[in-house]
Amino acid sequence: MKMPEADKRVLARRSEIVAALRAIVPGEGVIDREDELRAYESDGLSAYRILPMIVVLPSTTDQVSRVLRYCHENGIKVVPRGAGTSLSGGALPLGDGVLLGLGKFNRIIEIDYDNRAVRAQPGVTNLGITNAVQHRGFYYAPDPSSQIACTIGGNVAENSGGVHCLKYGLTTNNVLGLEMVLVSGEVIRLGGKALDDAGFDLVGLMNGSEGLLGVVTEVTVRILPKPETARAMLIGFPTNEDAGACVARIMAAGIIPGGLEMMDRPAIHAAEDFVHAGYPLDVEALLIAELDGPEAEVDHLIERVGTIARDCNAMSIRVSESDEERLRFWAGRKAAFPATGRIAPDYYCMDGTIPRKKLSEVLHRIGEMSAHYGLKVANVFHAGDGNLHPLILYDANKPGDLDTAEEFGAEILKLCVEVGGVLTGEHGVGVEKRDLMEVQFEEVDLDQQQRVKCAFDPESLLNPGKMFPKLHRCAEMGRMHVHRGQLPFPDIPRF
Amino acid sequence: MTTRLKPDNADQVVDAVKWAASEGVPLELVGGGSMRTLGRPLQTEHVLDISGLSGVLLYEPEELVVSALPGTPIAELEAVLAEKGQHLAFEPPDLSALLGAADAPGGNRRGTLGGVVACNLAGPRRIHAGAVRDHVLGLSGVSGRGDAYKTGGRVFKNVTGYDLSKLMTGSYGTLSALTQITVKALPRPETVRTLLLHGLGDADGIAALTAALQTPYEVSGAAHLPAAAARRSAVPDVSGAGGAVTAIRLEGIAASVFYRLEHLPARLGPAAANGVTELGFPASDRFWREVRDVASLIPADTLVWRLSVPPAAGPAVVAALDDLDPAGSLFDWGGGLVWLALAPGAKEDGGAAAIRAAVKSTAGEGHATLIRAPGSLRAGVPVFQPQPPELAALTGRIKQSFDPQRALNPGRLYADI
Repeated sequence: MKMPEADKRVLARRSEIVAALRAIVPGEGVIDREDELRAYESDGLSAYRILPMIVVLPSTTDQVSRVLRYCHENGIKVVPRGAGTSLSGGALPLGDGVLLGLGKFNRIIEIDYDNRAVRAQPGVTNLGITNAVQHRGFYYAPDPSSQIACTIGGNVAENSGGVHCLKYGLTTNNVLGLEMVLVSGEVIRLGGKALDDAGFDLVGLMNGSEGLLGVVTEVTVRILPKPETARAMLIGFPTNEDAGACVARIMAAGIIPGGLEMMDRPAIHAAEDFVHAGYPLDVEALLIAELDGPEAEVDHLIERVGTIARDCNAMSIRVSESDEERLRFWAGRKAAFPATGRIAPDYYCMDGTIPRKKLSEVLHRIGEMSAHYGLKVANVFHAGDGNLHPLILYDANKPGDLDTAEEFGAEILKLCVEVGGVLTGEHGVGVEKRDLMEVQFEEVDLDQQQRVKCAFDPESLLNPGKMFPKLHRCAEMGRMHVHRGQLPFPDIPRF
Repeated sequence: MTTRLKPDNADQVVDAVKWAASEGVPLELVGGGSMRTLGRPLQTEHVLDISGLSGVLLYEPEELVVSALPGTPIAELEAVLAEKGQHLAFEPPDLSALLGAADAPGGNRRGTLGGVVACNLAGPRRIHAGAVRDHVLGLSGVSGRGDAYKTGGRVFKNVTGYDLSKLMTGSYGTLSALTQITVKALPRPETVRTLLLHGLGDADGIAALTAALQTPYEVSGAAHLPAAAARRSAVPDVSGAGGAVTAIRLEGIAASVFYRLEHLPARLGPAAANGVTELGFPASDRFWREVRDVASLIPADTLVWRLSVPPAAGPAVVAALDDLDPAGSLFDWGGGLVWLALAPGAKEDGGAAAIRAAVKSTAGEGHATLIRAPGSLRAGVPVFQPQPPELAALTGRIKQSFDPQRALNPGRLYADI
């Protein structure tokens, strides 16, 4: 993976930069010793490692503003980082860049039950928000599997999902307001506890912008009352086709389950061996369907989903009888990644989204690719929203294995785009899928995205080397070739 | 001379925008024409009429997705979805009566998909199902540079690149002319019922709605009509009650709706002590259409403001505006959306300064939009909440990144955008 070339002039000024940053963030907030910098050299995509030039850990918005203004004025690149759980290399440092860690922003600022909103600093963990409000019967809906560790600021940067987002939305649908700092140091507040904002929807734009547009220093999220009842069903099928058909029939029947997950045979076995969730081992595909709401509604929906499943050749149906059992059903799914990690030395997690109806076709072709590349694969699938996570099994100690896995992964993502889907559903582009962006987008699409980037960060100092396969100068992007005197549109009907 | 360009396809939209940008002749974007008076008045001579780009391109009910051209009338789209038991869950309002466009020549009352997306207009179900911006999955557009680009896709979960669909939604046509829009098509609830509380003051009414929204009963409509607004309703159970009406909508499968209807009153506190009544079907639908479309619940020939504030602060903001002697008001979104009618001429600035000051001092945050007013007033006072300088500058740079020649709806949102 090629990253932007290190700026030798910046590296030559390292000690001067450290001193300047210490003047802004005193004490232990500036890290420059190599042994301490090591802790920050990679994120959740651990195949990539780069030692950052300097790590800065500010604790106030004012410090963030002054750090950014200093870096901006001195042409120094900045990579923002939350908990570092990105699976796409979104927080991969730069050798000539400042890594800006938001870990000290770990306070919940306000809980407002009347307006059903929480204001939190970006370093608060995803689960930390739910933990703070659950005694009053509320929760924060998006629940990425890394929710114990990942932060709400990182969730905004990546627009994180989880297993409940079909019914309750992604991060972007649950964030009401932001405070952020532009690379110029300007502090901007957007939205709040009101349900909409005036002007362009910059909160919507910031969600999923992968730290390229600004540094988020405060997040206002909406919290929801916890459903009275939730029960999960484990449904086993003889083929992936049957499971896929069942998902389509559930949707067509007007049922939106709280969660609807699918696992294929290798994933079922790995998860069962690991957490003993009670998954059936004689099936090719397993659906976990969670229905939530008042008990009367849940009972009714379980019956309807059961009927549909039997019509789709279900081999086994189990319904959770207690909340403990429901959580056990989920434990296998939520541990699917580490469970897969036990059956192979390494695994590479992919994240494409496809139209649901293409599922069996895509799984079939992934099977063919698996044979071609000689690497096994286990599939877990957010079946409700079409987000597929193939886990490619490989051995990093075997020469060439990682390259093969990456090639295989790229083929899978190209396939997702080919069938009408997208490169990434929730993990982000980062460095990982950067060079595949041209598979999904035309140059004109990416140029417009880069022009938006230029509106926020004209020198391209914030998280460069992520998301865009080519870096253009903003001056060049802004140029518009105007040809006066062209014959205006002879074909358009006029009145 | 005014030219009205009516393209038949996206290529012609490109030609039109390129011409406008190169000749320096900005365009007013028009779909059904129902919302032409929403926003600052335009000084443009030429019109880009998108209504020729009409029709559903792809509809896959089991995938919960529909893709259509921007000029597709909302009524037509809703009819297509209804055949499969689905709908646009954000409940797009019909503001034609409110905006006096009901009889606009050649217009269509409900407006077009493109117009609804451009204005990010959602109805009462916004509190439960989200705003328009939460339902747009992807789109194609032509920037003010004349570039035809796409963003997003047709799947629910997609974080590939910046979410420009959100940026377009609610941009009032100032960044791009949209040429294709893909949105979620969600199941239509099979049963609807509405609980009514009677005779509550604004503060007590909103307190009851707050209590309802704190339960897990998935309230999908939460409105409070002061007595004057309730009297105007065409639903007898609402107008005949002789006082304020506070309404809570429950939707879903029958068993669930009836369970929630039975258990909700006990969770509403003292507000429900005087008893609750119930609206069945179709009265429920009729009532929520009135709330959604606003016009029939407030006096005609008034100035109309739309305030968006933290929901629990709604009544305090209105109380702080007593001096303006409002001609009418009503609360939606659990108090977070306030419609305020003022007698024309009550204040030189249409109440702009007083209303924005009350929002700031009482709610601490939120914004106010002048929805209905004569063009001269909309030209003279900021129609949309003015932005702090840093945000205004950023907004300007974003406009520049899409539309450097200011070819599309210039001045519609803010004077220099």
